[in-house]
Parts: sequence; C-alpha cells; structure tokens
Amino acid sequence: MPALLRRYGVLLLLLVLVASLPLALPSNYHVRIATLVWISALVVMGLNLLMGYAGQVSLGHAGFFGIGAYAVAILPAHLGVPPLLAFLLGVAAAGLLAFVVGRPILRLKGYYLAVATLGFGILVAMVLQNEMVWTGGPDGMTVPRLELMGVRLRSPMTWYWISGGTLLLGMLLAIHLIESPTGRALRAIHDSEIAARVAGIDAPQAKLAAFVISAVYAAVGGGLLAWVNGLVTPDMAGFLHSIELVAMAVLGGLGSLLGSVLGAAVLVLLPQLLTLFHEYEQLVLGLVMMLAMIFLRAGIVPSIAARLGWRAA
Amino acid sequence: MSELLQFLFSGLTVGAIYALVALGFTLVYRASDVVNFAQGEFVMLGGMTTVFLVQLGLPIPAAAVLAVLATIAVGLLLHRLAIEPARGAGAVTLVIITIGASIFLRGAAQVVFDKQLHQLPAFSGDAPVTVLGATILPQSFWILGGTAALVVLLWAFINRTLVGKAVIATAGNRLAARLVGIDTGRIVGLSFALSAAIGAVAGILAAPITFTSYDIGTMLALKGFAAAMLGGMGSPVGAVAGGLLLGLLEALGAGYLSSTYKDAVAFVVILAVLFAMPNGLFGEAVRERV
Repeated sequence: MPALLRRYGVLLLLLVLVASLPLALPSNYHVRIATLVWISALVVMGLNLLMGYAGQVSLGHAGFFGIGAYAVAILPAHLGVPPLLAFLLGVAAAGLLAFVVGRPILRLKGYYLAVATLGFGILVAMVLQNEMVWTGGPDGMTVPRLELMGVRLRSPMTWYWISGGTLLLGMLLAIHLIESPTGRALRAIHDSEIAARVAGIDAPQAKLAAFVISAVYAAVGGGLLAWVNGLVTPDMAGFLHSIELVAMAVLGGLGSLLGSVLGAAVLVLLPQLLTLFHEYEQLVLGLVMMLAMIFLRAGIVPSIAARLGWRAA
Repeated sequence: MSELLQFLFSGLTVGAIYALVALGFTLVYRASDVVNFAQGEFVMLGGMTTVFLVQLGLPIPAAAVLAVLATIAVGLLLHRLAIEPARGAGAVTLVIITIGASIFLRGAAQVVFDKQLHQLPAFSGDAPVTVLGATILPQSFWILGGTAALVVLLWAFINRTLVGKAVIATAGNRLAARLVGIDTGRIVGLSFALSAAIGAVAGILAAPITFTSYDIGTMLALKGFAAAMLGGMGSPVGAVAGGLLLGLLEALGAGYLSSTYKDAVAFVVILAVLFAMPNGLFGEAVRERV
C-alpha cells in the first residue's frame, strides 16, 4: 500500500483538486481560468518529461502546441474533416514531425540544442502566420464548436471537466512512463549520456521517445485550447509561448509532475491578476521570472520539499 | 548584376547589426558561460533612449553618448542584481533569468518611453549613393564603418591592454585566472558593460534605417544568438562572420526566394548548419567528461 501511495499519491492529490475545485469557483470566468491552468499543466508536464527526466531542453514546444491547435481549426474548415478526427490527426502530425526532426535535433547539446529547437518553433509559427489562405494569417481563425453525439460542447464547465480529465490521464501516463524501463533510461541519460550508453542504453532512441511524447502532450493541449477559446492565433506557436512553457516547467520544478501543475498555475494566474495594472504586466512578469529563478533555483515544489525534508513528488 | 549588388549591400548592412548583437552574446558567454537573451534589449535601449533625448532637444551626438552610458548602467545592474546572485545555477535557469530580464526591460521601456515606432534622422542625409547601379543609403556606410570600428577597438582592447588580457584569461579558465589574482567577478561585470555598449551603439546606428520601438529586442536577440551559434558560440571572429553571413543570406533569400519568409531564412540555415556541423562553423568540438 505505501508503495502504491507513493506512486499514485500525486495523481490522487490532483484528482481531489480537479474534482473539488469547481465548488470554490464563483463564476464562469473562474472556471475558464482553471481550464486554462489544466491545459497548460498538461503541456508543461509533457515538456517536463523531456527537460526534467531526459535532461533535453526545448525552446520550441509551442510549435507542436500550434500544430495541435491549428489542426482543429484548419481541417474542419477547409477540408470538412470531422472535428474529433481533426484533433487526432493534429496530434499525430505533431508526433510524426517530432519523430522526423527529433533525431538530428537531439544529437545537439546544450545551447546548440536550445537554438535548434528555438529555430524549429519559430519556423512553425512563421508558416502559421504567413500562409494566409489556410491559417488566416496574423489574425488567426475561428474554430468550429465541437459537437459530440449531436450535443454542442459550449458550457465552460464541460470544458473544465474535459481538460481536467485529460490532465489526469496525462499524469497517469507520465507516472507509468517514468517508472518504465524507458523512464529509467531517460534519467540515466540525464545524469550522463556517455555512462548511460556504456551501460547499454540506446540513448538516441530514448531521447527521441521523450521528444515525441512531449510533442504529443503539447499538441493535445493545443487542440483543447483551440476548442476552449474558439479561436487560434499564431502567438500560440510563438517564441514567447515556448518560453512561457519552459518557464512554467522550471518554475514548478524540473522532474516534479506536481511542480508542472503548480508552475502552470502560477504563470497562468499571474497575468490575470495583473490585468488591473495592464501597463506594468510585462514588467512584473519579467521580475517574477527573475526572482523565482534566483531564489527558488530548483523550482517551487522541489525547493519546498527539500526544506520540509520530503522526497520530491 | 546591380540587383545582386543591391542585395549584397543591404545584406551586409543588416548583417553588421546582427554581428554586433552576436559579438555582445559572445563577450558575455566567454566570460561567464551565460547566454544573455537581454542582449536585444540593449540594442532597443540604445535606439529608444537616443530618440527620446533628441526629442527633448539634445543634439544627436550628445544623446547618443548619454544613451550608451545609460545602457551600460543597465548592463551593469543586470549583472549585479540578476546574474551575480544566481551564480552556479544551471544553464536553463540562467537562460530563464535573462529572458525574464528581457521581458522586464521591454515592459519598463513600454512604461518609460511608449509603444510607438520611432526613427532617428539619418546622420548624413538621405540622398542615396549609386555604386555600380546599386543605390545605397549613406546610413549604411555609418553602420558598416561603425561596426568595423567597434570590432577593431574591441580587438585592440582585448589583445593590447592588461585588462583585456584578464578578459582572455577569464574566458580561458576562470579558476586559473582567479589564482593569478584576477578579480573574475569584475571581468564578468566588464563583459556585461562592453556588450551593453556594443548593443547600444548597434541600436543607435540602425535606428535611422530600421526604426526602433520597445519590442524590437526579441527578434534581434534571436538573430544575434543564431549568428553567434552559426559562428560557433564563444568565438568573436565567428560571431562577426556569422552575423554578416546571416544578413547576406537573409537579403538574398528575401530577394530571390520569398520576402514573406525573410525571417525564416535565418533559422533554416541555422538548422542546416547545426545538423551538418553540431558545433557551428568555427566552434571546437566539446568532449563530455564522465
């Protein structure tokens, strides 16, 4: 039992949180914000698998997010693909693209890896911005509402449950991945790639797996956000969004799934709180990023856990 | 022929600006292993501060000097308040700190200045010069000449002065540099000041041609970073070569292929180079110690 609890404790905690939070949300606006937190948390969790476990940085993950988002907008509008199928195709496309570009990109290390992923993400954003006929250009395009069995999904609460449920599913899969042989291989690569290879681990294969999985998480999040907002814009795939995702992962704590949720929550809620001081939004956001990284270097969850003497969850 | 020459000239002009940004990246990176993503904001601060001081009635030269000094102050503060306290942190943490700093500076510029596009008057008029059928703005010569002058000055400073030798020593081996009595903390601070000054000068030189506004820093930082990578991170010669090459490729790509994808050229080239040569054009292979 304790072993099971240690394994699924975080999941249980999140389950309770997702299930009970609606009781504390006074309005549709708050429900919407919570939905955004769950979606970001899902994407950040995928990125955390890549950065926190495999130790590979990506400054271009918004590109995959954008692919997932634009798939549910473009495919139904231009090609008449049913929305749910469009979503799956978008996720598959992101995974496939990650598989194709992943191998050469992941040969790179450190800052070279950073600039390559950054370049990749920017290229995706540029295509989305410039292919006006397909994507609507800089203004983006509207997304048709999802219909399931004749019911149009439009209430904020419905999307709260869908995104919360997807997040829980994502966490369950992530826990299993981390405890699997691939997960152990990734952690070995994080410690030392050469040592891992000497021990017989196919490092390129394991890194590629982490990259593809994290791209799939990002695309799922992108598709969900496109439906929730009913609108897609090129910013979704932009450099700043990529940075925001990395910041969420690092702020919450690399290698901590709970940290991903917390990091996403902080950076989604912060701009909402700052809308009152619209002029100062960027100023404060930058300040928070710097202060958090200077004083909570390992990220929120691991820093607190270390202070309390816990094992990081 | 004249068309090609036109592209080459505009490519070199833009490339010179990229080269200066890349040089700023390289200086800080060599001294401290920090990739300073706020480098683009130095360029923005140089241009914007000059524009606003000129609006207050100062002559351009005085405004430019004050703007460079102000940017140096920002660079030193950035080092003291954000980089120094995070000493020993991992690369990703430092990247997020400097990106945070860049967002912060952009936010501050938006409050202190404004969100409009601004332009400085060209230093020697707007009458274009015709060379072999290509028309060139006089400001291009300012940019190319200014870049060349800065590169030579920097080279002389680093290779011909004692402080410069300390910069080389710190870049080579920080511990060994400390052992022979070099205050490496101050050298890193100096590198931030130098790269802020270089960025500010780039911003001032470019402001008459490219316009300036509070948010020009991001794209410049990305291009400069890409140029520095292209040349091999940490090599000053590589940074200048990478910057010029990037500018040329962009201009040729925009001229002959597609102007909507002008910005994409840079990143396609970088991906191609990195795939073929994982350490950049002039970078040394890095060996990992187990």
